[in-house]
Amino acid sequence: MGNENMHLLKTDRPVGVIGYGAYVPRYRLPAEETARVWAAKGGLPVKEKAVPGLDEDVITMSIEASRNALARAGIDPCELRAVWIGSESHPYAVKPSGTVVAEAIGASRHISAADFQFACKAGTEAIVSAMGMVGSGMGRYALAIGMDTAQGRPGDQLEYTAGAGGAAYILGPGEEALAVIEAAYSYVSDTPDFWRRQYQKYPEHGQRFTGEPAYFKHIDEAGRYILEASGLSAADFRYAVFHQPNAKFPQKAGKDLGFSDEQIKPGLLVPVIGNTYAGAAIIGLTAVLDIAQPGDRVLVVSFGSGAGSDAFILRVTDLIDERRAKAPSTQAYIARRTQIDYATYARYRGKLDLG
Amino acid sequence: MGDVIIAGIGQIPVGEHWDLPLHTLSTRAALAAIKDSGGLRPQAMYIGNFAASILSHQANLGALLTDHAGLTGIEAYTVEAAGASGAAALRVGYLAVRSGFVESALVVGVEKWTDRIGPDLEAAAALAEDYDYEAMTGLTPAGQAGLLMQRYLHEYGAPRLAFAAFPLLAHANAVNNPYAMYRKAIRPEVYENAEPVSDPLNMFDSAPYADGAAAVLLARTSGLPEGYAHPRVRISGSSVAVDTLALHDRPDPLAFEAAARSTQSACRQAGILPADVDFFELSDTFSIFAALSLEAAGFARRGEGWKLAQDGSLALGGKLPILTMGGHKARGNPIGAAGVYQIVEAVLQLRGQAGANQVKNARRALVQSLGGPAATAVTHVLERV
Amino acid sequence: MEIPRHWRLKKQRYALIGEVCPYCDGKIFPPRDVCPHCGGEARNVYPFSGKGTVYSYTVMQDAPAGYESQAPYTVALVKLEEGPVVTAQLTDLGEQAVEIGMPVEMVTRKLREDGGAKGMLIYGYKFRPVGLGPH
Repeated sequence: MGNENMHLLKTDRPVGVIGYGAYVPRYRLPAEETARVWAAKGGLPVKEKAVPGLDEDVITMSIEASRNALARAGIDPCELRAVWIGSESHPYAVKPSGTVVAEAIGASRHISAADFQFACKAGTEAIVSAMGMVGSGMGRYALAIGMDTAQGRPGDQLEYTAGAGGAAYILGPGEEALAVIEAAYSYVSDTPDFWRRQYQKYPEHGQRFTGEPAYFKHIDEAGRYILEASGLSAADFRYAVFHQPNAKFPQKAGKDLGFSDEQIKPGLLVPVIGNTYAGAAIIGLTAVLDIAQPGDRVLVVSFGSGAGSDAFILRVTDLIDERRAKAPSTQAYIARRTQIDYATYARYRGKLDLG
Repeated sequence: MGDVIIAGIGQIPVGEHWDLPLHTLSTRAALAAIKDSGGLRPQAMYIGNFAASILSHQANLGALLTDHAGLTGIEAYTVEAAGASGAAALRVGYLAVRSGFVESALVVGVEKWTDRIGPDLEAAAALAEDYDYEAMTGLTPAGQAGLLMQRYLHEYGAPRLAFAAFPLLAHANAVNNPYAMYRKAIRPEVYENAEPVSDPLNMFDSAPYADGAAAVLLARTSGLPEGYAHPRVRISGSSVAVDTLALHDRPDPLAFEAAARSTQSACRQAGILPADVDFFELSDTFSIFAALSLEAAGFARRGEGWKLAQDGSLALGGKLPILTMGGHKARGNPIGAAGVYQIVEAVLQLRGQAGANQVKNARRALVQSLGGPAATAVTHVLERV
Repeated sequence: MEIPRHWRLKKQRYALIGEVCPYCDGKIFPPRDVCPHCGGEARNVYPFSGKGTVYSYTVMQDAPAGYESQAPYTVALVKLEEGPVVTAQLTDLGEQAVEIGMPVEMVTRKLREDGGAKGMLIYGYKFRPVGLGPH
């Protein structure tokens, strides 16, 4: 190995996931319905996407996911030392989501609260930071959330997929973990594939430029490096989860790294909830943890436009069995489903001009 | 101390008075009551009003309304108890005259409602609720009544149309009241097909908010003018009781306990039982309130108040007439003024001046006003001397 | 905007934090200065479980100012497991019919804006039908 693993993000002590929780709102907009409104022809990138209700936003969704994570972790919320939320749809431009969530879940005042922004990898960025806090001994437990109510301009290709949902993770000492984080790695470059300027409602994107030089380049670099640096290959993993802006990209990225459909499918939720942006990779991981067995190894690689990827290798422990049943499964949220039409979607997402 | 006599009464038609400001509504009712009394000059004016602070940007109504009525200089201030504001103002006037501190008192109920529309008015009506824990959910008084009606139907197994008889009765009685907002009887099908407001409560279960003003002039027998023209009607019982503000804080929301307590207390003062009255002007702000008030006063067992309305016993010729001039439902509900309208209507009955709606041999009346779902209940017993 | 008012109510609004009376052990929501059960001075913090049943409900058609865009919406009296009854909106109903006695659980949702699109967001408790699984 030599110096080959020098770029891995190493903690001073083992760190792992103590508790995790998902959230998916109940409403679904079928992609066919969007295609009907815009008279679009051709293939659809997903089956349907999750849509938040009128009274939901990143703060309320983060609260529920965090309560689920706390239920699984079985810790007193006052033991948390950080509440960090990654999103590109924070309800306020200025004013943290984190303080509201911290108050609602009963965290103490003696914490760090912050909002992260890095397009779709803001959630894993919060997880990397939480690893640092726990792994350095700054705090015993830290809560990291990736959550979005993603916006796509009406008629844009993104509108078919821009979904809502995400996940919350409580990181803590490896010996208390239901999944130990064996390795972590981050890879970034200045790649303008997708952005949203200040005061703009909808993002802009480079269409096909979002593929090869952006999504695939960063996922591949990050995935390849963490595998090589850890001396592992796809065969050493039970599951792999990749950022999932549509159904095709993660399957291709996975194949390129040597993963099979069987390894990818359990964490591939985008066909039924859409692209949950900062929540996308890590809600996929919740679905995997819901079914994983002790000893299973999981690769997670996120992607955020602008651009970068965070990669993690997790190893599931014996504690998974007792903890996963303490909160609703991700599939239970997916099964709780009310289909809506485009007009209702337009109303729920504030796309109607009420004057 | 001597009897407190309702020496004069005045009212203006309830409705949408787009062209009249708050003070004109008040002044017209006040001057009518003074004239009706034979020209008694009041030493004090107590004003029942609910929403002027928010809907008219106007507080300090004592100074405003005495000024416009040509009464500047006398004692005057506002009494607020939501829909019972006017009745609570009467209670203050009664205490003032009865105690001897004041020789004669004018009680004016006035509400200027129609300067705003829709959501602003719903929000104003919700001032009667617990703001932080009821109104913050988007609940309005019609919603509270819907909650009560739903529970009532569930708990007592009453039929869906159990409450229809109350608005039907109110509309039938309002036909002959020139001051009523809706002088048209309605057919049962109209009720059955009405739009839901706060399901199961529909449009006809809900009294329409409106502009209005009514006034009474109180004096002691010794203070009546020479040759006083009307049969004398005195206040023989007066009581205010309150319950928790929020419905959810009551052990049994279907028991209008404040209404029960104020009824008992007013009747005790008058030395009567509720059954001794000739008619009952209750508050049909919502039809379910009528049923719950009948039960609270002891006229029906719990869960059976609606049954009284089914066999005609609450109609003008029945055992216990209610809403004799149309009630809040058909006369209209000028919230803070409504309690004074009820008193004016009762006095017309007791004097024998109720025209086609005259309750035969009416000598004694029970009059009850509610603020919110009986969060405040004000009950008076009136008697012809 | 009523900034301090909403700020000081956040604990009870976000998470149904009430009180337990030190004298009679009665559970109290919303928090009060005087115990409604025994008249003692109430002050001990008590977090409610958020589990309850529908005591009554209604569907609001005519919304007050600030709630227009939500109408129609369902408001219920919810009897909490610990005793007190609270008034709250029901949410996430989908096509589910509401019934008296239906078990519900607390969620924290956006109640409304205070001051329009520029104003602060007010969050607080609502209830939804149980059925997702453990909480």
